Amino acid sequence: MRVQGLRRARRWYGEGTLHLLLMLSSFALAGYAGVRLLDGDRLAIVIWFAGAALVHDLVLVPLYSLADRGLRAGAGRWPGAAAGRRADVNFVRVPAFLSGLLLLVWFPLITGQVENYTPYTGLPADVFLPRWLLITAGLFAVSAVWLTVELLRLRRRATKARPSADH
Amino acid sequence: MRGVRFTALLGVVLLAGVTLLFVTGLLSYAAYNPDLAPVNDKTPGKGRLGFYLFPWPTDPHWLYRLTQGLHVTLGVALVPVLLAKLWSVVPKLFALPPVRSVGHALERLSLLLLVGGALFEFVTGLLDIQLEYIFPGSFYPLHFYGAWVFFAAFVAHVGLRLPQALRALRERRRNGSFDPGPEPSTGAGEDGLASPDPAAPTVSRRGALGAVGAGSLVLLATTAGQSIDPLRSTALLAPHGGRDPGSGPNGFQINKTAEARGIRPADTGEAWRLTVSGPAGNIAMSREDLLGLALYSAALPIACVEGWSTSDQWWRGVRLRDLAALAGFERDRPPAVLVESLQRTGAFRSAALRDNQVRDPRSLLALEVNGETLSPDHGYPARIIVPAAPGVLNTKWVSRLTFGELT
Repeated sequence: MRVQGLRRARRWYGEGTLHLLLMLSSFALAGYAGVRLLDGDRLAIVIWFAGAALVHDLVLVPLYSLADRGLRAGAGRWPGAAAGRRADVNFVRVPAFLSGLLLLVWFPLITGQVENYTPYTGLPADVFLPRWLLITAGLFAVSAVWLTVELLRLRRRATKARPSADH
Repeated sequence: MRGVRFTALLGVVLLAGVTLLFVTGLLSYAAYNPDLAPVNDKTPGKGRLGFYLFPWPTDPHWLYRLTQGLHVTLGVALVPVLLAKLWSVVPKLFALPPVRSVGHALERLSLLLLVGGALFEFVTGLLDIQLEYIFPGSFYPLHFYGAWVFFAAFVAHVGLRLPQALRALRERRRNGSFDPGPEPSTGAGEDGLASPDPAAPTVSRRGALGAVGAGSLVLLATTAGQSIDPLRSTALLAPHGGRDPGSGPNGFQINKTAEARGIRPADTGEAWRLTVSGPAGNIAMSREDLLGLALYSAALPIACVEGWSTSDQWWRGVRLRDLAALAGFERDRPPAVLVESLQRTGAFRSAALRDNQVRDPRSLLALEVNGETLSPDHGYPARIIVPAAPGVLNTKWVSRLTFGELT
């Protein structure tokens, strides 16, 4: 009887007992801290907390996935794709990713929207956008040089492999 | 590309990184000595979450510079790792059925706290170091309590998933290769991370990890210099990178300028007096009076909670323990002190220092820096400088020192 009851409870819970214990202790601690976290502008804090996850999952991820899919679709029509070099797309993708990452992290400074910045620090606020643009230029330039070296190497290999017509 | 190994590797990196972030964050909280006096405590409702608090030491003098520089720089560098980790588990978000059992429902709720908490902590931290105070409330309670909510979910997640992650990584080692081997067939189905019908690969798993690593490196390279003076010019996108606000002895980085804090020249001119209070009564002293006392030097950095710091500056001024003696305390057993500033705004216009900080011979009421009179932006006529203390406790434009009474 008892064994059967336990089994039924287990099927109902769907996971092991250890799982249940971990969850309960985790939620209890999160509750203890959460009550304190929400002791303020409660609605706004909940919106920020849950909103961070929602904006990430429903805006940021679809956005960069779409951008990447568009890039790949476009790359399918590049001359390189015909030559079987699918990886060409990465020479655009990686610097774009790095530049986008810098923009994402330093967005407030780069867009110059931090009103406190100069009054507080005594530093000029208009330097971040040009610096980010120059870094972005540098990233794409490095990628261009890299791709050129790759293409030259491929061509040399192809020339060597081709049997000479003189024989 | 997506798959349990990719997720496992990023997960293990985050396990180490987030643990270090949590520990350095708790240390930063302790460095404020919030249990010393109400003025230091921006989270008076913390309950047992401050259980570990301890008197913040003054040795080594670069301690806060190190722990907080690590906290912020590592946090910035981990952004791409966090994003990649979240990307790698996106299929789980839309897994069907959405809830298999009560346990599964609890776990998904816990994941909301985990993901929401991680992003909340990173976003509030990144906004705060850029002085963009748009979050709903004071940074201290949001970031501190948010960290505990996140950590509660993080520990549960590690407890549930670490064995699986280690298994996936061990399998990789046993196979002897990491790339471009297919996902282990058992893992792929059971975890639902790898696509059952993947598009033709455009990047290998090693390539993707390389891109994530490059992201961390680029962020590190454009941030770390704001805590290392010779490299400051390399920190091109960090708030206190690039260059110093001025040149000469007073040219180093400023947290809040005198103007921003409403310090008027009239407040700091001839009429300025420092009031030193204690059992001996209230003693008013001009800058001339202070310069007439025994002056000492100390080489100490400014290290901000925002992660940036300067190298050691050469401060010169009166020892706090000598001022405690003037106030009527034994020179070798000085009490804690309440420091008040002329500034009219700011959460730290008054702050308390613990007895161990007052006792340290390098703790000064500084009058000069690097051989020159303090500039208005660095606290003229007099400022506090204490080894290993967070910048906000090194009060500028000091008007009053009350020894022994902290409220």
